[in-house]
Amino acid sequence: MSYDPEVLILLIPLVAAALLAVLPAYRASARLNVAATFATMAAGLSLFVVERPAPGAYLLVDDLNIVFIALTTFVAFTTSIFSATYIAHELEIDRLTPTYLRFYHAMYQLLMFAMNLALLANNIGLMWVAIELATLTTVLMVGIYRTHEALEAAWKYFILGSVGIALALFGTILVYMASGPVVGEGLDAMVWTRLVEHAAAFDPALLNLAFIFLLLGYGTKVGLAPLHAWLPDAHAEGPTPISAVLSGLLLNVALYAVLRFKILLAANPDALAPGPLMVTMGLASLLFAGFMLYRRRDIKRLFAYSSIEHMGIITFAFGIGGPLANFGGLLHMVMHSLAKSGIFFAVGHIAQAKGTQKIADIRGLTVSHPALGWALVLGVVAIAGLPPLGIFMSEFLVVTSTFAREPLLAIVLVVGLLVAFGALFLRLNEVAFGEPVGSTAPVKASYVPMYVHFAVVTAAGLYLPPTLVVWFQHVASLLG
Amino acid sequence: MDGLDFDIAHLLAGGLVLMSFLLLYQDRMYALLNMFALHAVVLALSVAWQAYVQDAPHLYVTAAIALVFKAIIIPSALHRIVERLGIHRVIETVGGVGPTMLAGMALVALSMVVMLKVTAGADPLAREDLAFALSVVLLGLLMMATRRNAVSQVIGFMSLENGLVLAATGAKGMPLVVEISVAFSILIAFIVIGIFLFRIRERFDTVDVQVIDRFRGERR
Repeated sequence: MSYDPEVLILLIPLVAAALLAVLPAYRASARLNVAATFATMAAGLSLFVVERPAPGAYLLVDDLNIVFIALTTFVAFTTSIFSATYIAHELEIDRLTPTYLRFYHAMYQLLMFAMNLALLANNIGLMWVAIELATLTTVLMVGIYRTHEALEAAWKYFILGSVGIALALFGTILVYMASGPVVGEGLDAMVWTRLVEHAAAFDPALLNLAFIFLLLGYGTKVGLAPLHAWLPDAHAEGPTPISAVLSGLLLNVALYAVLRFKILLAANPDALAPGPLMVTMGLASLLFAGFMLYRRRDIKRLFAYSSIEHMGIITFAFGIGGPLANFGGLLHMVMHSLAKSGIFFAVGHIAQAKGTQKIADIRGLTVSHPALGWALVLGVVAIAGLPPLGIFMSEFLVVTSTFAREPLLAIVLVVGLLVAFGALFLRLNEVAFGEPVGSTAPVKASYVPMYVHFAVVTAAGLYLPPTLVVWFQHVASLLG
Repeated sequence: MDGLDFDIAHLLAGGLVLMSFLLLYQDRMYALLNMFALHAVVLALSVAWQAYVQDAPHLYVTAAIALVFKAIIIPSALHRIVERLGIHRVIETVGGVGPTMLAGMALVALSMVVMLKVTAGADPLAREDLAFALSVVLLGLLMMATRRNAVSQVIGFMSLENGLVLAATGAKGMPLVVEISVAFSILIAFIVIGIFLFRIRERFDTVDVQVIDRFRGERR
């Protein structure tokens, strides 16, 4: 049998999940978790070099999803390293028992499987199943601490996520109805590559309605306002590695689903333009989250709202469309994933060192924990979009391309960015500087994953390799 | 498809919408559970009829799942949970029955207007099925929004999924992949919910979502 990276990307997490579910020793299982995500990442990166398999009825590898797979498997790998040290501390302070830990590791791999499946799926039904699976695994992980807050967060996430996923299924059925008369009944009418080929002949009215359901459904999972209510709770109450994976990866996967259907709609000349809808939801999320950032008292919630803000910017960029805005959107997505998961690593270390997530009880980090404090400062500088870091570049691209196309919208966009910027620095000032408050005990966990993420974000702001630029330009042109 | 086949399919799909309305105003837990079982029975009949008229034997599987799993196993399991948690009292609703029913009617009208207009070119049975299915989905959403109790929210969610199954079977020749996944997801969803209900019981001594809402992180 020839080497088939697609199958490996799916098989490794699945086998690892089964193994981790039965392996009792937590040190060994944390190592296995790291090894499995590393192997998955290697398989994912090998997609760039080996010859791509032809799109099948279920799986597909194309230029668009390779970017997502590389990002997902990379962040999954670094997060698993962070998770190994983080979890050891949670065991020490008895927040988790070994049984729960076994469950946690198995769920982590199952989530990786679900996300990779959603990204690789060429069948819109299969994609839906994968995203549903990802939702269920994360619900279980968010509730893992079993405190009042964690259960409430998990319940809220479960109900809102299920409603979103139900709407998305209705949209999927409508797409099938639209394609049936053209492509023919049966499996073919759900295969994405076949759908795109024939989309021009679909009934535009049906396709429009389908897209609205899909945008609302998957948009709930992206965390777009007004469907974002689950997101801050789920981020704040679950284990921090899960917050990092949720913000850095799962939101992207849901956005990827929206993008697939956007391409489908763009292939039909009579269907409505998906852009304005995405622009509206994106801007609403950005403005809403920007103002909400001011009232946060919990550091994980603060950055959860910042995720809503950034997903808004990315959705906005893809909604504006065109080569430049799409390029900016893609770059922003990658940079946000890296920076935000890096910030959550930092926040995890902070919460463990200080024993609290309340902003009021965390003061003077740069004095008490210089290495951690300055890393957080760097992370917030990155996420707020200051030059010369990567996010500045992508935001700059989005803003300039919007000014060229829709100057009025660009003003709103800039206002939103500035509002969020102000809030982040206000809080950063409280957390990072001044007299230290609370415990000054050193952090035992490894800072390496956090530094790696911030280093990549910084490097990307200074220099983007030409091959990467060409690749992104190509993908941006695919997105239309 | 001749007249009678069409009429029966129509009747059953319409019956499901009616069942959703019945669910909407139940104010006792056991009555709500029984009504949900009836909802699932009507769904099973409707799916079985579709299997017969479309000559699609795999749909009988979906019908059987609806009948056994949703009409029998889930309601009886929920019945036991309700009993053990001691929450068979009157269900708290947000807003009265009257406004809720009016809102339900408005939603049905909305889905008729939207779906019938949009699917003008499609097969007449499929388009009406889809319009009914959207009504059931919207009524399920309405029920989830107007109930404070976790168990009745779950029932609202399951009635919503019944609407999705109706839509999926109405779409002729839709691959089995999706139907199985729907059934499967309900199974998983139920397990998850079961775990949650027990934990919620364990932690709060209540399954009233309003009480859970008090533990909001921001108000600490």
